[in-house]
Amino acid sequence: MHNSEEFKIPFGPQHPALKEPESFSVALKGEKIMGVDIRLGYNHRGIEKAAEERTYIQDIYLIERVCGICSHAHATCFIQAVEEIANLVVPKRALYIRTLIAELERVHSHLLWLGVAGHEIGFDTLLMYSWRDREVVMDILALLTGNRVNYGMNTIGGVRRDIDPEQIQQTLKAVDILEERTKYYIEVATQETTIIKRLSGVGVVSYDDALRLDAVGPTARASGVKRDIRADDPYAAYAEISFDVITDDHCDVYGRTVVRVKELMESYKIIRQVLKNLPEGPIAVRAPRMIPAGEALSRYEAPRGEDVHYVKANGTDKPERVKIRAPTLANIQAVKHMLKDRYLADMPIVIAAIDPCFSCTDRLVSLSHIDSRDKKTITWPELHQFSIEWHKQQGIDFTQLNKQLEERLKKC
Amino acid sequence: MSLVKKIVTWARIKSPWILHFNTGACNACDIEIIAALTPRYDLERFGIILKGTPRHADILVCSGPVTSQIKDRLIRIYEQMPEPKFVVAVGTCACSGGVFDGCYNVESGINAVIPVSAYIPGCPASPKAIIDGVVKLLTSLEEKEEAIKR
Repeated sequence: MHNSEEFKIPFGPQHPALKEPESFSVALKGEKIMGVDIRLGYNHRGIEKAAEERTYIQDIYLIERVCGICSHAHATCFIQAVEEIANLVVPKRALYIRTLIAELERVHSHLLWLGVAGHEIGFDTLLMYSWRDREVVMDILALLTGNRVNYGMNTIGGVRRDIDPEQIQQTLKAVDILEERTKYYIEVATQETTIIKRLSGVGVVSYDDALRLDAVGPTARASGVKRDIRADDPYAAYAEISFDVITDDHCDVYGRTVVRVKELMESYKIIRQVLKNLPEGPIAVRAPRMIPAGEALSRYEAPRGEDVHYVKANGTDKPERVKIRAPTLANIQAVKHMLKDRYLADMPIVIAAIDPCFSCTDRLVSLSHIDSRDKKTITWPELHQFSIEWHKQQGIDFTQLNKQLEERLKKC
Repeated sequence: MSLVKKIVTWARIKSPWILHFNTGACNACDIEIIAALTPRYDLERFGIILKGTPRHADILVCSGPVTSQIKDRLIRIYEQMPEPKFVVAVGTCACSGGVFDGCYNVESGINAVIPVSAYIPGCPASPKAIIDGVVKLLTSLEEKEEAIKR
């Protein structure tokens, strides 16, 4: 192919570099990426609609399965909104246990990411090392909650399981081991030449661009944006815990690695504080089966960034509307920006660097211009007409074929 | 059975190559599949290795309840695999639709679309269960082989 010619290659939905089905259409000129079209929706299961048909208690377990990696994040975020509507005062011990599980989840998610990032740059030793260490935190999660992933720890008004002194001792022991290993990873991330050379200057998003593109979580923090819901709008027990918001000014994939590895250390700090100051008392209050009418918006700092849940209740035992905005949806716009004018070989690691979770992202989204106030419902015939027009614009016209088909049917 | 065929069958059972395909799962089963391949559980000691393309794979490991967008791709990937091929459904969603059964955008499980050889239930299926399921599949193939010999 001639070098000056632009051509398109499909990337996904099944691709060795992608762990989830997602499709990217990359316009290339030689090795350079001229533009990327992202097509989401392969993982769309219709959870928001399903949530409207189930009771609040059933919804907890459904919404936990929005994403397996940050399952506690989604469940807590949803429950916080429901508790706000129902005016429930959650016992302190429950809030502390929620915080504990949230931080253990962050540890497992960041270690998982470190391994995946290592794999994407061909550094499989790092994948094997970090996944081996991740098993330590998985064991603790299984010990505390009864399951390795999808913990089922939350319920409306508190948590479902208490923790005993023996479990606290084991958790502290595990945190010591993990801290030791994380120090090693910080050393690897900041001194290993392979990592520094491969990741520096790749997938750059400047401070202004991060703000403009609404990046969240470690992606934003690696561009110097000090934004963390745990500190900005504390929920659960974060208001009573001291920790630092880690930022970095490298603005590239290397910066994101450093932020995540350092955040691990902050998580250990939080876990130790939670276990030390764990208040006595009940772990849950009784919640009503019918939630009074009202609406609430809840925010949560998931391992990947800000997670937002909106719940509208109508006085029955089922919600009227649940809306989920997962962190990857906010970050995916930045990916497009990061890939522009970069080389194709950087694509896997740049996509991996935002720690994408497409099962979180695949919600139904309708965009409308900020100035336009018109909200209209499209009827089925209108949608049909729209699709015909759209295909005509793409150069596909079935009018002749349809006429032929009708004539043939008449003859029959 | 010719000698070549014998060697091929022996190699296939001793070293099956797998392809992992997420058919709309919540990621939980996927990370457990990867966890099964990493040092603690080390599925690779059975000669199993994760491949990137369906044309190299003997076993298709699916997780997820099959969303309507992924359905055609799943069939296409299944058709690209060389014979003999086996499908393993990992997780309750892949077995029966699980918590997503009845959602407007999902089929109820992998077997609604393609034939499945082994089911590994669990939400998510733990790495131990995945190893057990894969070993059981391999053992059943070995037994079948023995039966043909007799």
